[in-house]
Amino acid sequence: MTDKLENGPTSPTTPTPQLDDLEQGPWPSFVTEIKRAGEKSPMATDLLGLLERSFEDKIGHWKHGGIVGVKGYGGGVIGRYTDLPEEFPNVKEFHTVRVSSPSGWFYNTKALRSMCDIWEEHGSGLTNMHGSTGDVILLGTTTDKLQPSFDDLSEAGFDLGGSGSALRSPSCCVGPGRCEYACYDTLDLCYDITHAYLDEMHRPMWPYKFKIKMSGCANDCVAAIARADCSVIGTWRDTISIDQDAVRKYVEDGLDVQTLVCDRCPTRCLHFNALTCELTVDGADCSRCMHCVNTMHHAIKQGSERGATILIGAKSTIVKSAFLSWVIVPFMRMEAPYTEFKDLLERIWDWWDEHAKTRERIGELIYRLGMGNFLRGVGLPPVPQMVFRPRANPYVFWQKEEIEQEGDEKSEVVAP
Amino acid sequence: MTKIDNGPPNYRDFLPPIIKENYGKWEDHSHVKPGVLVHYGPAGELFSIRVGSPRLVSVDFIREVCDLADEFCDGYLRFTSRNNIEFLTPHAENVDPLIAACTARGLPVGGTGNSMSNIVHTQGWIHCHTPATDASGIVKAVMDDLYEYFGRDDLPNKLTIAMACCLNMCGAVHCSDIAILGVHRTVPRLNHDVIRKTSEIPSLIACCPTAAIRPDPKNKSVTVVEERCMYCGNCFTMSPGMEIMDARNDGIAILIGGKVSNARTAPSFSRMVIPFLPNTPPRWPETVAAVRQIVEVWLEHAREGERVGEWVERIGWERFFTLTGIPFTDKHIDDYIFSRESFRTTAAFKY
Repeated sequence: MTDKLENGPTSPTTPTPQLDDLEQGPWPSFVTEIKRAGEKSPMATDLLGLLERSFEDKIGHWKHGGIVGVKGYGGGVIGRYTDLPEEFPNVKEFHTVRVSSPSGWFYNTKALRSMCDIWEEHGSGLTNMHGSTGDVILLGTTTDKLQPSFDDLSEAGFDLGGSGSALRSPSCCVGPGRCEYACYDTLDLCYDITHAYLDEMHRPMWPYKFKIKMSGCANDCVAAIARADCSVIGTWRDTISIDQDAVRKYVEDGLDVQTLVCDRCPTRCLHFNALTCELTVDGADCSRCMHCVNTMHHAIKQGSERGATILIGAKSTIVKSAFLSWVIVPFMRMEAPYTEFKDLLERIWDWWDEHAKTRERIGELIYRLGMGNFLRGVGLPPVPQMVFRPRANPYVFWQKEEIEQEGDEKSEVVAP
Repeated sequence: MTKIDNGPPNYRDFLPPIIKENYGKWEDHSHVKPGVLVHYGPAGELFSIRVGSPRLVSVDFIREVCDLADEFCDGYLRFTSRNNIEFLTPHAENVDPLIAACTARGLPVGGTGNSMSNIVHTQGWIHCHTPATDASGIVKAVMDDLYEYFGRDDLPNKLTIAMACCLNMCGAVHCSDIAILGVHRTVPRLNHDVIRKTSEIPSLIACCPTAAIRPDPKNKSVTVVEERCMYCGNCFTMSPGMEIMDARNDGIAILIGGKVSNARTAPSFSRMVIPFLPNTPPRWPETVAAVRQIVEVWLEHAREGERVGEWVERIGWERFFTLTGIPFTDKHIDDYIFSRESFRTTAAFKY
């Protein structure tokens, strides 16, 4: 049995009973989506057949890697070939194109439709909205269709994202576009630095990947602290403000302010007078975690001296275990053209480039060489906000200028 | 010559007028009902209607979503970091008709506030070359089973589930309330021909985090010290000759209790509670049941406002294993490089 397909070779339709089962149930089905694309693309039909085979064999059927690309770029396209090309010839080549997404994943329908038309013409018609890095993932096309795909995408105003040992497409939360918690303009910073570092993103030249994620507040809706080599998390330096009328309204509406707000405050800096319904804060004790703001946002607002905390080094498990990002700058003002931030990024990249082994993320390098070396290397002053607590051992790497040398007539030792 | 380095499109071109006017001036917001947020600013209010998607979608799906945005939202929409769609409109009267239109098309409305949001996940057998399991299939099965919690916002706190099909964790599952993780359990099978032809031997040896890979100069290849290997698969990324995929022994581990938000407690890693479940397509019933059980015990025992990890840390992990009946084994005790911090160094604990 064969399906006649208008814009491609005939493709044998293999039965897909396991995948058909995944069309049942209330959650929208990716199988239905592959079948929809299969009505127009034999690639999508063969993808379905190949996936059914994986469900039978309990193993993946994609060969290892594959270098493909488009003119002028060292990345942005992921090569993929199946190990069953005879049975599924239409996914013999099934490469992915990463398309850099607009800040905050905002779109109008005109832009989305133009991307759909391009991908229907040149590819499988399947996409991920979006991939883990934040890019639009155009899933599956042949080697000879890569350049035409890119040409049309470029013509429509799009560009490729990052892949390989490069700056990966920066991404950010919705920020000031729709959130009163945004302590800096995440959308603008993301747009600005992506455009500033297109060369670093499109022409891989580093030891390994480098990710920058930007969240407007400590709720961290894009998980910057968990997965970005450089995490930029909005914060403020002064004190929260409390509207007592709004507090009373919360109490009238039944909120247990003492239990759900004060007792859950990690620093116990909030005090609630149940008689007067007055909520006060000891500002110096507040660690700006966002809990009270989240719970009582009609009444509690963040401070007005706003900026971001810069953290470094997050990554997932492979190789040396997962790391969460570490604080390296407790507070930085974040205003265009972001010169201070860009200078810091470039110093970090230089130090990493100079010292890292191949495939060593910045967090692993800092762990190997020590935070002290990193801070001296990039010229950042040590401050207590960088650690939960100081070291418990006396194994200090003293610097030469801190130690009295043989023959020194008069001590001019610099106090650490 | 085609223009290169356009950079991403300017987001400003895609902002609806109400967002342009209220940009950076938003004052407050409310949760109208599950899946619907309203934000208030000096120029007026904006409704966001959040809708789940399977992430892997056809261009016709996107066009259908565009039709809805054209009809109800003046052509504007956005996507979220958890693969949801958000329809954006200043017109209050459009909210319910839009929800009805989404429901009629099988698009679930929800995922806001104290609900379970969409599962972030990786490619799995759809498109990855190192997977230990599928991703889309498991996600579909789990979301079908927990569907009601996407449309309810009366959970103790939000619930974020993530799925990664191997230890590379492209989905950053390591800080999720519940993480579903593809794992290998056997040492790589060495294909010496492929290793010789395709691999840079010193890099292959250096990539192993436990120094299990040793040079084999006579053979112009490598050997693996089997007892040192913990099956991470990093060597397969370096060389296709280190065949790590094993249909009979690959499967799924469940880790829980991670978070990325700084609210109340510091961001934290998810911790392993079930070291292995088998790969059982098409619906992975063991994994679906395990996730449901953890969710239900959390719902029953957590206090208002507690994320999964905050609840477990309050009651103690030893209590978690008692309450869930999940067997505790030698596999749960860390023996990798940062293990010591997880050992109990106090004589105070529960049963």
